[in-house]
Amino acid sequence: MSNKSALKVDSLRKSFGSELVLDSVSFDVAEGSATVLIGASGSGKSTLLRCINLLEQIDDGAIFLDEEEITNPEIDIDQTRRKIAMVFQAFNLFPHKTVRENITLAPVIVHRLSRDEANERADELLKRFGLYEKAEQYPDRLSGGQQQRVAIIRALAVNPRVLLLDEVTSALDPVLVNEVLMTVKELKEDQNSAMTMVIATHEMGFAQQVGDQVCFLEGGAVVEIGASAQVLQDPQDKRTKDFLRKVHEAGRL
Amino acid sequence: MSSTGSESREGRGEGVSSDGRALSSGGWSPSEREIRRRSFRRRAALRYGLIAAGSSALVLGTLLIVLVTSPGFTTLSDTFFNWVYGAQVLPKVLLGFMTNVTLTVIAASCVAIFGLAIALLRTSRSPALTPFRFLATIYVDLFRGIPMILVILLVGFGIPALRIPGLTNNVLILGTLAVIITYTAYVAEVLRSGILTVHPSQRAGARSLGLSHFQSLRHVVLPQALKRVTPPLLNDLIALIKDTGLVSILGVTDAVRAAQIASSRSFNYTPYVVAAIVFLLVTIPLTRFTDRAIRRSIERQNAQGLA
Repeated sequence: MSNKSALKVDSLRKSFGSELVLDSVSFDVAEGSATVLIGASGSGKSTLLRCINLLEQIDDGAIFLDEEEITNPEIDIDQTRRKIAMVFQAFNLFPHKTVRENITLAPVIVHRLSRDEANERADELLKRFGLYEKAEQYPDRLSGGQQQRVAIIRALAVNPRVLLLDEVTSALDPVLVNEVLMTVKELKEDQNSAMTMVIATHEMGFAQQVGDQVCFLEGGAVVEIGASAQVLQDPQDKRTKDFLRKVHEAGRL
Repeated sequence: MSSTGSESREGRGEGVSSDGRALSSGGWSPSEREIRRRSFRRRAALRYGLIAAGSSALVLGTLLIVLVTSPGFTTLSDTFFNWVYGAQVLPKVLLGFMTNVTLTVIAASCVAIFGLAIALLRTSRSPALTPFRFLATIYVDLFRGIPMILVILLVGFGIPALRIPGLTNNVLILGTLAVIITYTAYVAEVLRSGILTVHPSQRAGARSLGLSHFQSLRHVVLPQALKRVTPPLLNDLIALIKDTGLVSILGVTDAVRAAQIASSRSFNYTPYVVAAIVFLLVTIPLTRFTDRAIRRSIERQNAQGLA
């Protein structure tokens, strides 16, 4: 893990009408590292990820990808999105395309790979994550965990600089949660090129295993940020302590 | 993972506090970066507007010049756009148009009811309804495939020829009946396709709550289906307004027929243009109104944000 910053969020502000959703949010994500966003529902985690993927127009502050400001309206949004991939809570797979077609759509259409190249790369990824035999199936015929793993593969297939994961296990039962989390963990442990990730999650155990850095959000503001072991096991702020205690009581740690 | 100094914070009275919300939500003012960003967006919007205006002026101007300078323009404007004559025939065209409107209202109401019934019949799975499902399919196949003008002629002249006592010979009623028969077949298919696009999980959700087949349809499936097929239904409604004029072949005077009568007397085509404008005055607002209603209902349901 190098110390070079891949993604930097600086004093980000976002409101929906009069409701302030993100307030002066700042953090740095080093290349090859994973930053985990924790916080109650409605704390702004998803909005933050959507801002990074330029799905929302921010009200102030800036986001940098490899030192380049991506929130600058003068740059091409589509060019930037090609470097950032996002996986959604509800999978968002295309039901009318097979697993392989879902994965190869962007590489072929956006990145101009040849159909053969794209298929080869898709099959490689499907084999790596144990889904090769599902390549010809349609998403609705797969289990939730398999669908979410396909969604992750689809995001990986475009070789993103940064991967955003938005509560990717929230729609899954505990047994399936694990297979998805293992997939994410593998991305982290890839010796050649660990994926730079920003992960919003409610799974604290997972946050600790995968996160290099944990960021606790409340009411749209960063309450505490630091190394994952520190924030999760020795939180300094009272609000972080309260949140983690509640999570613990709910039996999720 | 160090947090470097930020340039975007300059020009802003406060830093990030641990309780940033209370501090900066009150006294927040945009940073210089944001001000630059906004002025760029404003300039981009202005440029967009200028280009749009320029290109519109160029295209429309060229069209107008080509039209006005064409050799036959004076003759054309006399025979098609004689507004004094147009004003004279307007009452007659409007009177004829009332026929179109009346027929449309009656036909549309009947088509909505029968079309829905057939759509429901065709999507139902009840074994007892099998023969009706079969008949409904034949009906749709038949009347979607026959030109409406033939249906009008067959009904308008065929039914009176049967000489069944008690059955009407009124061409207006028979013509409307023919229009209803044809449009029901179209609308039934539009509604059926709408019902089929609602994901099965929605029906499953409703049935699991104990709603019956028809209750699920009524409260869960149909509301979603109707919203999706509103644009094509509107298409059919507009086509219906225009097609009601076809009953004029049975001798009914509608707007088009009124215009035809007037222009055949004067050898001036302005009445046709007047009739066209009368139709547009109804159909265009109708389209805009429906578009807006649909957009609003989508916005109400969907989460905020662009994509």
